[in-house]
Amino acid sequence: MMWAILSVLVENKPGVLFKVTNLFRARNFNIDSISVGVTENPEFSRMTITTIGDDKQVTQIMKQLDKMIDTIEVKRLDEKMSVYRELVLMKIKVSKPSESMEIMNLANAFQCKVHDVRKSSIMIEITATPDRIDAFEELVKGYGILEIARTGICALPRGGVDES
Amino acid sequence: MEKMSGARSLMVALEREGVELVFGLPGGANLPIYDELYKSNIRHILVRHEQSAAHMADGFGRVSRRPGVCFATSGPGATNIVTGIATAQADSAPMIAVTGQVPSKMIGRDAFQESDIIGISNPIVKYAFQPQDPAEIPEVVKKAFYISATGRPGPVLIDIPKDVQQNEAEMNFPENIKIRGYHPWVDPDIREIERAIDMLLSAERPIILAGGGVIISGAFAELQSIAELLMIPVVTTFKGKGSFPENHPLSLGPIGMHGHAEANKMMVEADCVLAAGSRFSDRSVGTFEEFEKRLKIIHMDVDPAEIGKNQTTNVAVVGDVKASLRIMVKMLIQKAIKRNGDYPWLKRVKETKEYFKENLKIPDHPLAAAKVLRKLREVLPHQSIVTTEVGQHQMWASLFFDVIQPGTFFSSTGLGTMGWGFPASIGAKAAKPGVPVLDIAGEGSFNMTENSLAVSVLDNLPVIVFVMNNFSLGMVAQWQRTFYNRRMIGIDLKNCPDYVKVAEAYGAQGIRAQSVEEVGNAVKTALKSDVATVIDIPIDPEEDVLPFVAPGTPLKDMILPS
Ligand SMILES: Cc1ncc(C[n+]2csc(CCOP(=O)(O)OP(=O)(O)O)c2C)c(N)n1
Ligand SMILES: [Mg+2]
Repeated sequence: MMWAILSVLVENKPGVLFKVTNLFRARNFNIDSISVGVTENPEFSRMTITTIGDDKQVTQIMKQLDKMIDTIEVKRLDEKMSVYRELVLMKIKVSKPSESMEIMNLANAFQCKVHDVRKSSIMIEITATPDRIDAFEELVKGYGILEIARTGICALPRGGVDES
Repeated sequence: MEKMSGARSLMVALEREGVELVFGLPGGANLPIYDELYKSNIRHILVRHEQSAAHMADGFGRVSRRPGVCFATSGPGATNIVTGIATAQADSAPMIAVTGQVPSKMIGRDAFQESDIIGISNPIVKYAFQPQDPAEIPEVVKKAFYISATGRPGPVLIDIPKDVQQNEAEMNFPENIKIRGYHPWVDPDIREIERAIDMLLSAERPIILAGGGVIISGAFAELQSIAELLMIPVVTTFKGKGSFPENHPLSLGPIGMHGHAEANKMMVEADCVLAAGSRFSDRSVGTFEEFEKRLKIIHMDVDPAEIGKNQTTNVAVVGDVKASLRIMVKMLIQKAIKRNGDYPWLKRVKETKEYFKENLKIPDHPLAAAKVLRKLREVLPHQSIVTTEVGQHQMWASLFFDVIQPGTFFSSTGLGTMGWGFPASIGAKAAKPGVPVLDIAGEGSFNMTENSLAVSVLDNLPVIVFVMNNFSLGMVAQWQRTFYNRRMIGIDLKNCPDYVKVAEAYGAQGIRAQSVEEVGNAVKTALKSDVATVIDIPIDPEEDVLPFVAPGTPLKDMILPS
């Protein structure tokens, strides 16, 4: 079993996201995360889907995605050759005034942005790879995480369009 | 450019695609379409249930190899065709379903007879359109036919809100269309075909497994040439039954759960298989692992997603099966490659065939399935089209009814839809009025869509329904006898209704045949008749279909009649 990042270029039309997710459901494949947005060409959207499976499963998912008429291109991104990031918003509990400073120091170390500092909570924005996000989460867990929202992974291969 | 309503543009677009008839049933949400149908030259065949309209369109499509068209209204009309769409999808049959939808501004408000047919049908269509503006309709229709008929064929749904049918727009009917995410034509890779030939030549015990793709692409001549040039025996999947003449010396018949004993046996002994247009379904191969451990697999398929889905392959040729096989034939002829029929494997194949011919037990009952179906083959002309329902009779048809002329046998093999065969036979008759059409039926399945008798009679599409009546849901009964220690429940149909009277009630001809001789005579009478005929044959309710490969077990563990 391994983690795979798929970059799927699709028609930017209503219903396409439904069809893609319904395909995963119907074929018993799992979606670990998904992020969608319009591309430089407004006729297309790019979906970045991360999934877990063995080589055979991932190949089969890609073929089934490719078969969909609304998909233009399906690529599997090589982790080492790509930039991939997730944005996470996190509300962390502040129980005593000294914690506020500690949390902000940690946030600094992880190049997070700090939003909305209150007496009893701090909201932090972290954009990083999933393992870095996990590491940060681990560090602040002790303070108490009140709420989390994640965007899912968004990725592009390195290099020019032709090189990829 | 011409200004017209969406409904009118639908008719024009259908006519431009060469559509001459549609199967359907009207309702509030497709009345504008029906009003234009009234004014057009397209023939309407009024069904008694929308499911049958879809099956008729499916039957028409499989036989003519271009999409059949069915119409249904919104809500219950649309949901009634769902089984028909799923059946067509499972068997890769070309079909266009046009449904009415509530007016655009009512969508999403739980309006009267609103159902989200786009959402409901998503996993079972090749594609679905819902035009939002009447001006989109001509292009949508063109695309729908293109998608449905090309590559791996399948059903396409067009759901048209009522206001989009009614409103007018300037219409532009495109001659050509392009769909950027759809590439149905892949040129087969020549090197892979060369590798396939080498592999077949170096194999000691090669076999050809012909699937439904051979029938869909009409690759009969190519398949036969390869088999004869290389002297390779041919087995088929059930869907591929009749892709190769079953009276040919190299033919072994279908493999699978109820495959021919000699076919399963030889499939198990082979060391290399050329699978043409087959998806290695569980019903065909038993267990996947057993298969790929033992065999070198060459897989030809038009659908790249089929390669490696169920079976790991050694050589994969992606592309139209007919095109791939044709290239292979050309190469063989150019390089003057031939194999003599005197090699040991072929001798073994012949002996096995002989052995089972002589030793496979046929029950004593005077109306044993084998006797009834062999009689049918004797009297039914070879060019006749045969459909089946789903159950024991279907599997007996696979075992005992030989298809001589390729591409004349059709069944719901993927979804296994009871009630498919009869309406599909009517669709087949509409596609080929010149040949006899016969549905090998179980009475349980016939029950499900028997009201299509009205269509067969009134629309002058006479077909023969050959009811192998065991007064029960026989296939389920067999499983209860075999796997549930004879705890029989929910299978007894009790001699009800009387099928001769049912036929007569619809103005069709009903004949009861109580001996093999009467069966032959009844079919002869039916062939001469210009009205639909139902032949009711009371068979043995206890007869099992054998051989049998129990689900989840390998072909080698086939159970033979004792
Ligand atoms: C629509 C549908 N419902 C249920 C089944 C399950 N099923 C498979 S075969 C069978 C019995 C069919 O009875 P009949 O048509 O009389 O054929 P027989 O097996 O008796 O020859 C049933 C209920 C099915 N295939 N399709
Ligand atoms: Mg029955």
